[in-house]
Amino acid sequence: MATVADRQASTGVKRARKSKGKAGSLAERRPGFVVYGILIAFILGSAFPFYWSFLVASHDDAKFTAEMPLLPGGNFFHNAGRVLDSIPFWKALGNSVIVSGTVTVSVVILSTLAGFAFAKLRFKGRGPLMVFVVATLAVPTQLGIIPLYMAMAEFGWSGTLGAVIIPNLVTAFGVFWMRQYIADAVPDELIEAARMDGCSMIRTFWHVCLPAVRPAAAMLGIFTFMMSWNDFLWPLIVLNADNPTMQVALEKLQSGYYVDNSLVLAGTTMATVPILIVFLVLGRQIVAGIMQGAVKG
Amino acid sequence: MTTELTVTRGRGAEPRPPRRDDNDDIGSGKSWRYKLTRLDVKFSPYLYIAPFFILFAVVGLFPLLYTAYISLFDWELGGDEQPFVGIDNYAELLADSQFWNAMVNTLSIFAMSTIPQIITCVLLAVLLNTALRGRTGWRMGVLLPYVASLVALTIIFGDLFGVQYGIINDLIEMIGLDRIDWQAERWWSHVAIASMVNWRWTGYNALIVLAAMQAIPRDIYEAAWVDGASKVRQFFSITLPMLRPTLIFVVVTSTIGGLQIFTEPLLFSPSAGVNGGATNQYQTVVLYMYSSGFRSFDLGYASAMAWVLFAVIIAIAGINYLITRKLATSGEA
Repeated sequence: MATVADRQASTGVKRARKSKGKAGSLAERRPGFVVYGILIAFILGSAFPFYWSFLVASHDDAKFTAEMPLLPGGNFFHNAGRVLDSIPFWKALGNSVIVSGTVTVSVVILSTLAGFAFAKLRFKGRGPLMVFVVATLAVPTQLGIIPLYMAMAEFGWSGTLGAVIIPNLVTAFGVFWMRQYIADAVPDELIEAARMDGCSMIRTFWHVCLPAVRPAAAMLGIFTFMMSWNDFLWPLIVLNADNPTMQVALEKLQSGYYVDNSLVLAGTTMATVPILIVFLVLGRQIVAGIMQGAVKG
Repeated sequence: MTTELTVTRGRGAEPRPPRRDDNDDIGSGKSWRYKLTRLDVKFSPYLYIAPFFILFAVVGLFPLLYTAYISLFDWELGGDEQPFVGIDNYAELLADSQFWNAMVNTLSIFAMSTIPQIITCVLLAVLLNTALRGRTGWRMGVLLPYVASLVALTIIFGDLFGVQYGIINDLIEMIGLDRIDWQAERWWSHVAIASMVNWRWTGYNALIVLAAMQAIPRDIYEAAWVDGASKVRQFFSITLPMLRPTLIFVVVTSTIGGLQIFTEPLLFSPSAGVNGGATNQYQTVVLYMYSSGFRSFDLGYASAMAWVLFAVIIAIAGINYLITRKLATSGEA
């Protein structure tokens, strides 16, 4: 999607150049220093808090409060060691990976299944049921946390990772997103052919639909992972300090009578690094996913 | 249509296994294989969509309805009995100055974050829509804040906005102004919290708007250019009206998210916690709800608050929908 648009934009540039730089629209204008300057300023502003976090984390707290250093110091590993002593960092990291990983796999599979049914199968009540799915997008599930908490306590699941995972196993957004994609990307003829060859529904799904939707499923997976990784309110309520996710552990790091900035920001830096790596590796796909989702949605 | 076709073909293609009881239904051709296929076609779709509906019923719909039920009781966590109090919780809530304070804070932070954000993200999208070199790099650059962990960033911003040692106050002093007590002063604390929201979401929304901009047909701009419309005029007469559905989408999603703001005010200052500052100067509704329900253990009261907030969210999302529609339409000349 993005590449097509890019190609259009670049042919636009060529056209604009031919007409001696007199571009007809905003999209065809060749940007000057001002545009690049503003964008660079914007991105520096975007990156600054990350840098600040590392900057503080790499200094001694006492030294830091005396003056404002501009370059990283050599204290980062010392502070990181103190973080490991203060909170169950590795456990929190592992928990976050387990929770986000499980939620991601489940959301992708269950959303794709439902999306397949809504896009390609005919059944009674399909239209109204799909409308219902879309309507649930407007229901803020955060507001139902009180009964949810009571239910988890009743079942004895409070404090377990299951309590964080189960409510998020499938999302309305996922179903909607996969339905849109499958409707476009999987030809009806292909499904009919598979059925004629005697495939059961589930085999048709597995061998025909699933291979065709890999890009959309990957996108949904990335978004779900990030959303789950950043979830805070519900894990804060249902988990305890001994068995936290990363976000809950960071919160614990900060609460106390005396706040040691170098310690706290060493913790935030350490928690940010994994997700930054994911972003550097998958950033291109994330960008493409947002742009594609926006056009379709 | 599809099902009917596949069923017929499926039956035709399958050689029926020779079975003695076939004689029982002569002419109908209903072998066990056929019946299975028939069941498969009929029930598989429901099976595939069932996980969503079951899960939504259990963790979405039921809790929301049960919240309404609890809100009618004096429901203390760990209490022996829960007496029915009818609408008392709601009455108490509407008379609770702390609730109104939290509501005003929420709306104030929401307005301070949404309005500048929408304007900035449209302008940013215009810049990104030029023929930049290294397009994907710029797009990833503006998206950077979106991926960062919210808790980590809130803590970092709390540090940046520190009163004595915060770099933002250092900069303010450098240009000759007085240091601001970002945590203690009500409106300044809202500015600080809104700035975190803006910092995080502007780039993301800019990409959504950018995608919509690229979908606008180029012929329209060419026609406008031939007619002598300036670029500013083109922006207001073509771009903005064509972006209407996307702007509505962005505004409605930020309304739903913005009114549930929780993490930022909770962690803005290490000492304040669930109170949102010494005088609740930046306590939001969800924060107050959390505080009532999980710190004071007054679940009935917190539930009433959840429902009032739900009603407010629906109402404001609706109003914003209408305003955005109107604004983007009036640009059409």
